[in-house]
Order: sequence, then C-alpha cells, then structure tokens
Amino acid sequence: MLDVKAGDEQSFGLLLQRYRTPLVNFLYRMVRSREQAEDLAQEVFIRVYRAREEYVPSAKFTTWLFRIATNLALNSLRDHRHQKLEISMDAPVTTDAEDGDEKPFEVADKHPTIEQELVEEDRKKMIRHAIEKLPEKQRAAVLLHKYQELDYAEIAKILSVSESALKSLLFRAYESLRVELAPLVTRHGAK
Amino acid sequence: MSCERMESRILAYVDGRLNESERAEVQKHLDACPVCRVRATEFSSVSDLLDELPVIEPSPAFDVRVRARVAAEPVKQGWWALLWTTLRPSPRIAFAASMLLLATVFVAYRGVDQVPPPISPDQADSEMMQDLSVMEDHDTLSNFEPLKELPPPVDTNGADDDQQQM
Repeated sequence: MLDVKAGDEQSFGLLLQRYRTPLVNFLYRMVRSREQAEDLAQEVFIRVYRAREEYVPSAKFTTWLFRIATNLALNSLRDHRHQKLEISMDAPVTTDAEDGDEKPFEVADKHPTIEQELVEEDRKKMIRHAIEKLPEKQRAAVLLHKYQELDYAEIAKILSVSESALKSLLFRAYESLRVELAPLVTRHGAK
Repeated sequence: MSCERMESRILAYVDGRLNESERAEVQKHLDACPVCRVRATEFSSVSDLLDELPVIEPSPAFDVRVRARVAAEPVKQGWWALLWTTLRPSPRIAFAASMLLLATVFVAYRGVDQVPPPISPDQADSEMMQDLSVMEDHDTLSNFEPLKELPPPVDTNGADDDQQQM
C-alpha cells in the first residue's frame, strides 16, 4: 500500500489481484447478491485508491480494507432492506435463482448422482441461510473470523467494538448457527 | 473456570487461538462440564460446516471495471500545477497576447530604423567648415554700416513695369 501511496500503479494492480477474491466473497456472503457484491468490492478498491495519499500505516492494511468493506456492506444492507424483502416475497419456492450464481464455481471432485447433488445443494443452502439469518454485525464478525482469519483485535477494530464485545458477538452467532444447523451438526458429528 | 467465563474462550479454544496455559484451563473445565463439552464439539462442527461453502471467483470483467474506474479518477495535482491550471489563459487570449507582443516588437524596430545615425565629431567639424564662408558673408553683410543707412528697398517690379511702358 505504501508503494501505491508513492504513486506506483503496478502495486495497485497487485493489491487488486491479492484482495479481490476474499473481498468479493466476504461481500457476497454479507449481501447475498453477486452483482451487488462486485459493485461494492469495486467501490472498496476505488476508495482505497482515492485515500492512498492519506494512508497512514497505523493499522494493518487488511483491517483498513475490511473496515471499508464492512461499512459499505452494512450501509448497503440497510439501504436495500425493503427491496430485499420484496424480492424474497416474490421469489419462487424453489430458490434456485438465488443460488444459481454459485453453481459454475462448485466443482465436484467425485461423480455424485443427481440425488447426492441435490442433498449437497440443500446442505449448502441451509448453511447459507443460517449465515444470512444472523444479525448483520454477528454475520460480519463470523465472516471475518472464519473466512478472513483475522485476529480478534483486528475484527474488533473493523466493527468498532471492544474485544470482549466481539467475543460475545461471536459466541451468540455460533449459538444461533448451532441451533439453526442442528440437523447438519448432528449428521456432521456422526460422519 | 465458570461456564460464563467459557463464553469468551470456547470459540478461541475450538479455533486453536489460545495459548498453552489458557488452553489447559479450558480443557480442565471441559473435562468437568458436559454442557460446555457438547457446546465445544458442536461449535467445532459449525466451524467445519462453514468451510463447506464454496469460494466464488470475481467475474472476468471485475478487474477491467475497477481499472476503468481508477483511470477515470481525476489526477491529483500539486500546488504549482493547480495554480497554473487556475491561471492559465485560454487559447484565444494567449493568441491575442502573442499578436500584441509581435506588433509591439515590430513597431519598436521600425522606430529605431527612422532615427538618424549618430554623427561623429569629425564629420560635424567638416560640415561646419563647408558652411563657414556663408556664415562669414552673412556676418559681414549684416554688420556693414553703410548698408544700414540706405533707404528701404524700392519695389523693383513696379519700376520694371514703368520702364516697359516708356
């Protein structure tokens, strides 16, 4: 980032390459729309680019980056809350359209039968819905903790909470997920 | 350790983020508390389930769109560049100013051409020597006393006419 600050355009390309996938995945899991996630990820990179000259390396770059991303995602969720409700109400019962985005990226390593594929699909859908049902801040905490593997101090800074409050957020989130995913947890434990 | 205190440590235990002594302390509690033990096992299962979600790749156009937006960003200018941009004249004004400058230079050069060349002291002396006789005649005649006493000159034109009539 310091190279980007110094005006090195190539370094910005490296940042883009390094962080686009984690950022798009984090935002996708936050807002549940691939298109919106990519738009928000673009906005994150543009804000990073605009703020490059004011960047002070007082915190880790990832903390700064995901703080921008989290704020954008939370604002977007608030802005689109009503719109999202309307879409959910109009969506077909079989929510294939909702999950269709990810299908091309799910690579099957074995050759499962159609029935197995459906079971796997249902399982993933259940996990996604369980995450989606979490309150926004708990969801952000889980995603940053689980998928970005940031430490507690970093996540606390991103979410502007104390470390103890973050641990409490994560505990409540995992409790909710444990209840929501109870059938899978039992089967998973039986594997 | 109480079950309440476990709340802030159980996830870190599951993720292996505790140091040696903290881990031993939590383990001691789990050995004695079946409720927390079940919770720890299920938290671990939840964590494994979250790993099952596939990673998506950004669309191929993502980079292109970001780079296009970056390219469209206004370039930040330095103080001098900003001042120049603000004060820089328009092309029309610049053209008019150039024309005015050219005209001024042209007129100035023409004015210099019309000024007589400087005369050297020797040349001035020689010119004065040539005019010296005329000047002397003028002095002689203007100071000649008898001429001062002469009556005013007669109209010679009228006299000629009279002679012709005779």
